Amino acid sequence: MKLNVENLSANRGEQTIFAHISFQLTAGDALIVTGTNGSGKSTLLRVIAGLLPNFSGNMAIEGGIEDKPIAEYCHYLGHQNALKPTMSVAENLLFWQHHCGTPDLEITEALQKIDLAGTYDIPIAYLSAGQKRRIAIARLLVTKRQIWLVDEPTAALDAKSEAMFSNLLQTHMASGGIVIAATHQPLGLKNTKNLDMDKHQVIPELLEDEYL
Amino acid sequence: MKALFWRELKLSSQVGGGMLTGVLFFLTIVAVMPFAIGPDLKLLARIGPAVLWTGALLASLLGLDRLFQQEREDGSLDILLMQETPPALLVFVKAFAHWVANGLPLVLAVPIFGIILNMSPIGIGATMLTLAVGTPAITFIGAVGAAVTVSLPRGGLLLSILVLPLTVPILIFGVTAINGAVEDPAPFLPPFMILCALTLFFSALGSLAAGWVLKQSTD
Repeated sequence: MKLNVENLSANRGEQTIFAHISFQLTAGDALIVTGTNGSGKSTLLRVIAGLLPNFSGNMAIEGGIEDKPIAEYCHYLGHQNALKPTMSVAENLLFWQHHCGTPDLEITEALQKIDLAGTYDIPIAYLSAGQKRRIAIARLLVTKRQIWLVDEPTAALDAKSEAMFSNLLQTHMASGGIVIAATHQPLGLKNTKNLDMDKHQVIPELLEDEYL
Repeated sequence: MKALFWRELKLSSQVGGGMLTGVLFFLTIVAVMPFAIGPDLKLLARIGPAVLWTGALLASLLGLDRLFQQEREDGSLDILLMQETPPALLVFVKAFAHWVANGLPLVLAVPIFGIILNMSPIGIGATMLTLAVGTPAITFIGAVGAAVTVSLPRGGLLLSILVLPLTVPILIFGVTAINGAVEDPAPFLPPFMILCALTLFFSALGSLAAGWVLKQSTD
């Protein structure tokens, strides 16, 4: 499986966020997206996830099922965890597993992988920020998707959990998955491709004449 | 789909879910009315259907603003929209579950509230039937409003103002049908059938429109 992105540009309102991004990822690849705040890292991930309709350029999956949108190949771990605070860990994960289809790991197995085996029945509201983030990561494990779009995945994690997450990413890549990560911190992955968003940023033209 | 339905039902029935809020709001409207109108039992019985329908209409609008807003705030909406399920079906299931959790209790509360308003058993039965058929339409119209105001903080009032004019036909045909059942010359079936048609129509149109709006509103 291959993900081709050609000459991608995205807008928010009138403003162009980034322009002319092209890359190609094959099974087992990881793309690390870096750049300063506001350079469009999150926007890029949301465009690939199909959550931002306002873009131009081409995105396509080679070797996939015809007419299946890219979004359905993707797991998206955004800034929010997509967990309901009043429901238990298991209820949250089971819901996503049932709703997304293509189940992968059992809930208990996934919780073991993220070192939170004891939290099965605990409501999300009782967990700390880092624990919630790890449950959100477990969501990626209970459903099988080839492309993982992760946005600042390790923001609330401690060093040990970071290493755990890095291992999970490597396992995913080794099994033929693709990772696209927007991050400031190194994720400890080897042989990654890199994309520096600062080079693709479009600086709004200053209309000096009008203001002066 | 079943998973989404049960989750919605569970979230509504939990603390802060709003299942009881609607019924209590309905109760306050109905209970206050006799104090304002006075002890004329005949008058109460005559305007009872209208009071119940107005109360149910307003109570149905409560909590609708959170239908998609909550999903958006915790990031669930993004994930829901990325799946194979078409947005319109997503809206339909969520709105229907919302009605089961918030609209159905209003229907079930009518027998008690009907007594407060001195309504006849036939009137109470007709009110329950028309509300059961008519309130889903209010929820489906409200779903469009909820989708439009999904990114607005405190969008609840705006939603009510947007939605209320569109629900007026439902109110008219609902009350007309009850009057038809209670008073002899007026017919029951024609307005009741129009009410059914309105619900079917809005369950399709509302779901499609709200799904389209949600898809556009992600940013």
